[in-house]
Amino acid sequence: MNQHLAQERPLMDICLLAGRIMLQNGAETYRVEDTMIRMANARGVDAQSFVTPTGIIFSIDGEDKTRLIRVSERAIDLQKITRVNTVSRAFCSDKLSIEEAYEKLTEIAASRHAYPIWLQIVTAALASGCFLIMFNGPWSDFASAFVCGAIGFSCALYFHRLTRFKFFAEFLAALALGLASFVLVRIGAGQSQSTIIIGSVMPLVPGVLITNAVRDLMAGHLVSGMSKGIEALLTALAIGGGIAASLFLVAS
Amino acid sequence: MLIQQLVVSFLATAAFGIIFSAPKRLLIAGGGVGMIGWLIYIEFTRSGIPVVPATLVAAFMITLVSLLFARFYKAPVTVFSVAGIIPLVPGGLAYNAMRYFVENDYNLAMRYAAESFMISGAIAIGLIVAEVVYQIVKRQPGAF
Repeated sequence: MNQHLAQERPLMDICLLAGRIMLQNGAETYRVEDTMIRMANARGVDAQSFVTPTGIIFSIDGEDKTRLIRVSERAIDLQKITRVNTVSRAFCSDKLSIEEAYEKLTEIAASRHAYPIWLQIVTAALASGCFLIMFNGPWSDFASAFVCGAIGFSCALYFHRLTRFKFFAEFLAALALGLASFVLVRIGAGQSQSTIIIGSVMPLVPGVLITNAVRDLMAGHLVSGMSKGIEALLTALAIGGGIAASLFLVAS
Repeated sequence: MLIQQLVVSFLATAAFGIIFSAPKRLLIAGGGVGMIGWLIYIEFTRSGIPVVPATLVAAFMITLVSLLFARFYKAPVTVFSVAGIIPLVPGGLAYNAMRYFVENDYNLAMRYAAESFMISGAIAIGLIVAEVVYQIVKRQPGAF
């Protein structure tokens, strides 16, 4: 009996830890619930979990305790989700003990973004240039889109750190990017301001939110799906507002 | 011209993989998904098919290929589909809508806003249909 209890407690911890890492790094809420329940089932207990984008409620059947974890800071890190996925697969097929899995999960939780910040900024800038070409912009504007994309993305990263008010960071980044494109066109480095803006704004697009919102809604997670959809909409509006503000400033 | 489009769409999508911190070994596959989606989208729009159905089919194929890749590489679907979807997002239309709102030309602004809204809906429907098709096929005995 004692041994059973001693084993039960880490099981809850490990399920919650896996769930928290996934939720904090941009997994769909239905996947978070699914993973936690599967991990509990693999050790022969039934569990209930209720996950929203901002918190996890989890209880193991036959146990008195139900625990709640609040998740306030979210980022996007697909590598962490993939690694938790691998750990939970191994755990469910009994290739990992509870202790081993817990160690691995703690290590994943502490790990950093897979790529250094400078590389992220360079790739965001490269993506901006590529999007310019995809939207039929001329190659001569590639450099301008590259520069604007880098400015927009690094502003977004910087302001995200500065303020916890998420949408404001996107607004300011879009504003900076719009003004930069105006300056570049004015000094003759770029030709078509609108294509440059459209290309360089793409790295800010909330792609993960959009797909997750749809997938959560489909899985029947109406609360999460709706709230993620609204978050995506607000992000898009913040970006649009920033661009609009820059156009307004330039026009006046 | 087509080759150029394929190369830039591959690069752009793989770059998104890096921004979203996708694992290194899956970057190529992610870029491939984006390239397939973009190839369908430009070929459809070039042959005169309207943007909304073209977006729908592209989103459908992106999700379907992502689901197959997810099964093959044993990784979450999101890793492949998210970056592929992004080129389809109606950035240009949304930009035009914003610009006309700023210029107080609400007729044109609403037109562009409605059109970008339709395209967003097409992306969502493409995602849903692909998922449903995949689940139905998976349930058939001996499908995989």
